[in-house]
Amino acid sequence: MTNTITPADISSLLIENTEKVFSVMLGMAVSAGDAVQHPNIESADGNVVSLIGFVGEWIGTGSVCCNSEMACRISSRMLMAEYAAVNEEVLDAVGEITNMIIGNFKDAAEQLLGPLGLSTPTVIYGRNVRARNLNGQLWTTVPFDCEGGLVEVKISLGPRHSANGSAKTGILVAES
Amino acid sequence: MPLDILIVDDSAAIRKILLRVLAQTDLPIGKVLEAGDGVEALKALESNKVGLILSDINMPNMDGLQLLTHLRTNPDWSQLPVIMITTEGSQAKVLEAVQLGARGYVRKPFTAEQIKEKVLGCLHEELSHGTL
Repeated sequence: MTNTITPADISSLLIENTEKVFSVMLGMAVSAGDAVQHPNIESADGNVVSLIGFVGEWIGTGSVCCNSEMACRISSRMLMAEYAAVNEEVLDAVGEITNMIIGNFKDAAEQLLGPLGLSTPTVIYGRNVRARNLNGQLWTTVPFDCEGGLVEVKISLGPRHSANGSAKTGILVAES
Repeated sequence: MPLDILIVDDSAAIRKILLRVLAQTDLPIGKVLEAGDGVEALKALESNKVGLILSDINMPNMDGLQLLTHLRTNPDWSQLPVIMITTEGSQAKVLEAVQLGARGYVRKPFTAEQIKEKVLGCLHEELSHGTL
């Protein structure tokens, strides 16, 4: 255990686990693009944003973002039914895919960081959603090309106690 | 005699997938019930006799490990086989589930074959013990 995790570690674990979840649960091949770091989640109109919190000595959030068309496509593959518009079942399916990707990421990250805890997923469907971590951690985002559609998988993770001793947790989500 | 099964997961999507997987097997499966958490599962067990539970771990209200604890302390359900199907893969959680008497553990993401194999294993075990 190293007690540190780099953006390169995060992106490598996200790629490995996203490929596995999409292949096993959806029978879909995904192709990872270059990872980027940024302060906030900004989504375009109609995006679906799924969030899961990390709790314990390391805090932060894992997220899967895609547009409504991609969310419907994921749900159709997962549930073997046709979804033309975002509904409760689509949001639930995206939440469960997020749970699997971030849950498997968590298990792998525990080898570096020690025990981590996860909250249950929250899925938001709205226009111009913006999410910011209250602990100020940057997001590491890996974009995936998924049969012509875009899925972004993001992690923001840092030690619970910052250098100034504060332990802010939580995420601020707002519609602009 | 067909085996009645209870699926416990807070995700309707996962319940739907497991229902489909079970329906596609040629195993002697009877009624398949659904519950969204441990509390709903206990309520379902009060009015239904099932032979196998497939349960998630991380759920609101009552999680899968709390459900297992409740089952093991109730003489009517203490021997009921439970297979955990969960994203939770930490060694501590797996060990806890095994110590609480879980018969099997399947990590999400799962294939239909993995589920069929575990259910078949439980069926064989129950048949050899004469409980079915």
